[in-house]
Amino acid sequence: MENDWDIYEVFIRSKRGLSHKHAGSVHAADSRMAIENARDLYTRRNEGESLWVVLAKDIHASDPSEGDALFGPAQDKIYRHPTFYDIPEKVGKM
Amino acid sequence: MTSVYTTTENPHFQYVLGLGDDALVLGHRWSEWLSSSPSLELDIASSNLALDLIGQADLWLALAGEVEGAGRSADDLAYLRDTHDFRCHWIVEQPNGDWGLSIARFLMFSVYQYIRYERLTKSSDASIAEIAAKAFKEVSYHRRFSSEWALRLGGGTDESNARLQKGFNELWRFVPELFETPTWESELADKGIAVASKDIEAEWSEIMDVILDEAGIKKPETAGRLLGSRHDGHHTEHLGHILCELQYLQRVYPAKQGAKW
Repeated sequence: MENDWDIYEVFIRSKRGLSHKHAGSVHAADSRMAIENARDLYTRRNEGESLWVVLAKDIHASDPSEGDALFGPAQDKIYRHPTFYDIPEKVGKM
Repeated sequence: MTSVYTTTENPHFQYVLGLGDDALVLGHRWSEWLSSSPSLELDIASSNLALDLIGQADLWLALAGEVEGAGRSADDLAYLRDTHDFRCHWIVEQPNGDWGLSIARFLMFSVYQYIRYERLTKSSDASIAEIAAKAFKEVSYHRRFSSEWALRLGGGTDESNARLQKGFNELWRFVPELFETPTWESELADKGIAVASKDIEAEWSEIMDVILDEAGIKKPETAGRLLGSRHDGHHTEHLGHILCELQYLQRVYPAKQGAKW
């Protein structure tokens, strides 16, 4: 029976204003059950106030073997970081 | 066997005891699903449901002990009473059966608790109102959980529908007892302390009719009114077996020897 169930990825928002973070996955027959299972597995110790569940098969991921092509070029572009500006004292901490 | 308490003796105590015993026994039944539910996720769900209910039992029984005024703690009441002193409804004592029967029972009883607790939040006994408010949130989830499962099984395969239907068929004979209202309960309700069970029957039936209809379940016929008197300590044979397991530790190692939570 369990083999027929889909895997859902679970995202929890711990507090209003923060974003949902990946917490783990659950098996479920439908999205309502996925929410209930996620609630029982991941929020029983007051971890969150909002849940998202997404069918795992609907998540498209980048290919690890393309890691160099995708992310490598960003490693030596230090000028993309705003570290070359002098911040006037009046502005204070940004 | 005669109960230690007569029904006219301290009805306030009896009433709170009943609230606690329902939660304790149903909580024990849910704990029995641990490791044998349909999936790992549902093992965890079952344990959460059990913990919600046993948490409620703890609060109700502690209050019952205070109302009684004889110095008995929640543990004393849970572990050191025999069957005839329990005030739970028959439906919560019934064995779990399959998932279909457990869901049928949980739906029937969660809707019952939902209505009862909602009304008890207005009890003139502030302690009852406070516990009911906390427990109401939990049973609201229980109602959602069991309704979802009833719809899923009812609208699933022929097999799942048949099992759910069988669960309702087997348990429906315990429905009349849920609304049996002894005189002392009516009197407590008149004082604003309790909810008279008969007063919530219409609302319960209305909610159940909608869910059963949506789940494609035929409402079972009630073959006569099976009434007894849990208030006089009459129970089905299953309660004794539950207590054998539930109370074993405290019976063998009494508190004075250190068996405490």
